[in-house]
Amino acid sequence: MKYILSSILFLFLLNSCKEVKKDRSALPPNSIFNLSSVWTNQDGIDLQLKDLPNKTLVVVMIYTTCKSACPILVSKMKAIEGKFTRKIKEDIALVLVSIDPKTDTPEKLKAFAKSNGMVGEQWIFLRSTEEATQEFANVLAMKYKKISPIDFSHSNIISVFSADGKLMSQEEGNIDVNKVVENVEKVTKY
Amino acid sequence: MKRKFDIAGCFLLFILISACTQNNQHDLGREEQKIITDTLVPITAVVKMVYIPGGEYKPFYGPDTLLVKVIPFVIDQRAVTNQEYLAFVTKNPQWRKSAIKPLYSDSNYLKDWPTDLQLPKNAKPNAPVCNVSWFAAKAYAKAVGKRLPTLDEWEFIAMADEITANARNKKNYSDAIIDLYLQKNRQYNEVKLSKPNYWGVYNMFDLIWEWTDDFNSILSTNDSRAGQYDDKELFCAGSATSSTDILNYAAFMRFALRTSIKAHYTIGNLGFRCAKDTAIKLN
Repeated sequence: MKYILSSILFLFLLNSCKEVKKDRSALPPNSIFNLSSVWTNQDGIDLQLKDLPNKTLVVVMIYTTCKSACPILVSKMKAIEGKFTRKIKEDIALVLVSIDPKTDTPEKLKAFAKSNGMVGEQWIFLRSTEEATQEFANVLAMKYKKISPIDFSHSNIISVFSADGKLMSQEEGNIDVNKVVENVEKVTKY
Repeated sequence: MKRKFDIAGCFLLFILISACTQNNQHDLGREEQKIITDTLVPITAVVKMVYIPGGEYKPFYGPDTLLVKVIPFVIDQRAVTNQEYLAFVTKNPQWRKSAIKPLYSDSNYLKDWPTDLQLPKNAKPNAPVCNVSWFAAKAYAKAVGKRLPTLDEWEFIAMADEITANARNKKNYSDAIIDLYLQKNRQYNEVKLSKPNYWGVYNMFDLIWEWTDDFNSILSTNDSRAGQYDDKELFCAGSATSSTDILNYAAFMRFALRTSIKAHYTIGNLGFRCAKDTAIKLN
């Protein structure tokens, strides 16, 4: 009896070992999930990019105290979210990455999310160190500069990543919401 | 008897668990060898650093009235060499050409190196390393306990000629630099063969283009001729930074390069040098 129990346990343990292995090796080499930086979300939980949900990701970089273009970017993210059918919505996450990690604490991000009606598991807010933020901006080929203690200027880009972290498309400048939605639908269908 | 079995069972279970964790660690170790760990291994590089007192300077790009304050810093007197970069990748396998993450570099990374740990044939060990991306340059700087210079720091030093700290108003300052820029294959020469500038910094113009930490902070479109129309839509607060003040053509060439490159690009004559903060304040 004990032996049977042990064997079952043994098999179980072996299996759990296997899973750890499987997860990592499947990443495409150009996936952003290869970045090892650590981020914090609006709930104060630390995570790496590879821990993001297994969904198509719509990513934008903003900062919450911005008064010029960011509100437009934020409203565009909301418009994008609103255009999806309920079915496809389940396969999409909308990620807002802070370019001002000093100011944008998890609490601030959470309050920002609330006041902008961006609540729900599809909305993810992230912040990290200045170094990781700079690296991420460079991965997105985003230009940004701190122009005063409270203001940044930066390029307006909404990027779409596949569920395995590959950059699929970027819209820059005066972003056409419909085009982003179209891109997301293409990526999500496979 | 039953108790004995229980103890034996527990013992067995313990062994199994520890076997598994060990196994797991082992697997991870192997995996890391394959995927290679991201942890940066520090290295030492012997290079003299030069103290730059900083001060206010007028950037080449920006609103007319803008004066930027550069606080004191120290900078490598020369660019990072082939030899030094080889030492870096030797200790840090994740930055070898066969292992670098595609996110961190295009396919021309260390293009002329025949293998991971071999300099190009005929390459001088003391020539500046080129074909390195911004990500790679940044990692190197971190490994030697330094950082990349900011764009303002680099341009502050670039104002100097051999005898004055700010030679921008001299008639032949820009022309002399342009002449240097026009020389072909200058990146294969060794460092420190020409004269240092006023600060004691070598090869600002005569060997390579150099990465700066915030090269991506110039908020103009790729094609500046497009005028003001795009800028506001492309950039948040774009109007604050887009007006131009080009004092000399050499600087304009540098800025044109910086706005056209991305952090994963590698170019045959684009290398870097390192800088560091300093607490020393001299007047």
